[in-house]
Amino acid sequence: MSQPTTGLATRGLHAWFDKHHALADVSIHFPENTVTGLIGPSGCGKSTFLRLLNRMHEFIPKSAMAGEVLFNGEDIYGADVDPTEIRKRIGMVFQKPNPFPSMTIGENVVAGLKLAKVKTSNKDDLIEECLTRAGLWKEVGSRLKAPASSLSGGQQQRLCIARALALKPEVLLMDEPCSALDPGSTLRVEETIEQLSENMTIVIVTHNMQQAARVSDYCAFFLSGGGPGRLIEADETSKIFSSPQDSRTADYVQGRFG
Amino acid sequence: MDYFHFDDAQAVEPQRPWTRRRFSKPKRWSEAAITCAMWVGFAVVMLPWISIIATVVVRGSKAFYIDYLTTDMLVNSSDDPLNAGGVGHAIVGSLIMVTLAALIAVPLGIITAVYIVEIKGRFAKAVRFFTQAMSGVPSIVAGLFIYSMVVIGITHKYNAIAGSMALSILMLPTVTRTAEEVLKVVPRELRDASYALGASQFRTTVSVVLPNVRSGLVTAAVLGVARVAGETAPLLLTSQYFVKFSTDLFKNPMASLPTYIFGNLGVGSDNAVSRAWGGSLVLIVLIVLLSTLARLIGGRTRRSR
Ligand SMILES: Nc1ncnc2c1ncn2[C@@H]1O[C@H](COP(=O)(O)OP(=O)(O)OP(=O)(O)O)[C@@H](O)[C@H]1O
Ligand SMILES: [Mg+2]
Repeated sequence: MSQPTTGLATRGLHAWFDKHHALADVSIHFPENTVTGLIGPSGCGKSTFLRLLNRMHEFIPKSAMAGEVLFNGEDIYGADVDPTEIRKRIGMVFQKPNPFPSMTIGENVVAGLKLAKVKTSNKDDLIEECLTRAGLWKEVGSRLKAPASSLSGGQQQRLCIARALALKPEVLLMDEPCSALDPGSTLRVEETIEQLSENMTIVIVTHNMQQAARVSDYCAFFLSGGGPGRLIEADETSKIFSSPQDSRTADYVQGRFG
Repeated sequence: MDYFHFDDAQAVEPQRPWTRRRFSKPKRWSEAAITCAMWVGFAVVMLPWISIIATVVVRGSKAFYIDYLTTDMLVNSSDDPLNAGGVGHAIVGSLIMVTLAALIAVPLGIITAVYIVEIKGRFAKAVRFFTQAMSGVPSIVAGLFIYSMVVIGITHKYNAIAGSMALSILMLPTVTRTAEEVLKVVPRELRDASYALGASQFRTTVSVVLPNVRSGLVTAAVLGVARVAGETAPLLLTSQYFVKFSTDLFKNPMASLPTYIFGNLGVGSDNAVSRAWGGSLVLIVLIVLLSTLARLIGGRTRRSR
């Protein structure tokens, strides 16, 4: 297998929580500027896998990993790699909206600049740009000074997307970003993903098969089956849904288990 | 009408203006008994408190006259009539020494709590154990320690710096343990959000975690101040008592409210004892004022929750 030099790829990736082997031997390639959906039953290691991709896994006490994550051909777990630099370039949106409660809406959008010590020429323009891309500008453009906690859950999630966009990441990881949202907000987030994928690589975990079919170009199916979670198969989304190679994938996408 | 039936839904005229209903739980015998027991318990607990406050106010107010808060005892003795000499020097002394102690103990306590909870450094467990042990140190031992190390060892004088140091030793465990509890309840999601944006641990702590618990840290500081404001024994061994207004931290002893109370009680005459009660009243009012002020400062710039 030749080594991909663009996009994001993993090779023989494993993860442990203390003694518990949660994820085993995942090798996959996320091509540049595509959307990949990660699907699979609860507990199969999707979140763990996602957190390995931007080095968030190591914040969990006693955790461990093995294997490589190649970002534009370079291993992000290499000895001389600064993890904070990686997290700046590979953004993340969490399942539960987590805006900074002590900051205003506007401050939240540009919080990453301050936290990661990135300079910008014009904050106001950046705030407007990011909120527009996250589909939130129309709703909150006039009250940027209001506390972030005054927003609805769906709005908070889009604010978190805007906050991740402010650092202009090359990759965006999303862990069930719509699971706490109403259908309207979900639709808007999906539109946002569509637009972002023009110049951004997106990996999104979802339990919603329709959503996976709607937003993703590729799909990857994970399953644990008692032992550690493994990648069962990854392919173009249409193939995963119409003619999967593995019978377990077919069972899952047709809702027969999981 | 009491009940709503679907059958006559058409017949019910919407009432305007609305009759607003308040919800009350159905009264039950057992609930009434529990409520009653609770009030009795509350009264039993409150009674000593109210009687202490009332006694201090009644007896302490005797010592008050127009200049009581603004004069010192330089030209008066404790036995003098209650229209000359005051408690001003003790107020100033207490404020200075408690403030200095807080300036030492509050930042140190917060840093210690950050080390234990955020950094989880190699010695976190040991530091935690040490802090816990420290909170059991009797105040007179803290005073004795500073007395031998600083008063005997370095300055060769009773002074305010030694007093502040003794107080800060007593304040530190309270601040640390409270700050620790406050930091522990910061949800992991909040730290995750910051780290995912490429923040270092230092940035995350300073810009996300600490601002988010500001009011809790103010509480930690207030508890620390309240813990030491009335301490007498360590001050008797370190800053001693002084009859005069003084702001010198090194050269001479410094008065404080607890030592003022203690000194006047020791004299024993009616007027002296009244002065002691007066000092007690001032001390209580001061602590209440300080906590209220801290609450206002801590709450004002907070934007949520
Ligand atoms: N912090 C943790 N400590 C210990 N074990 C964990 C931790 N987080 C996850 N695990 C374990 O790792 C395995 C994978 O969990 P993970 O959260 O990655 O699953 P998931 O596919 O994201 O599930 P879901 O769809 O429910 O979010 C599970 O067996 C889980 O119990
Ligand atoms: Mg998950």
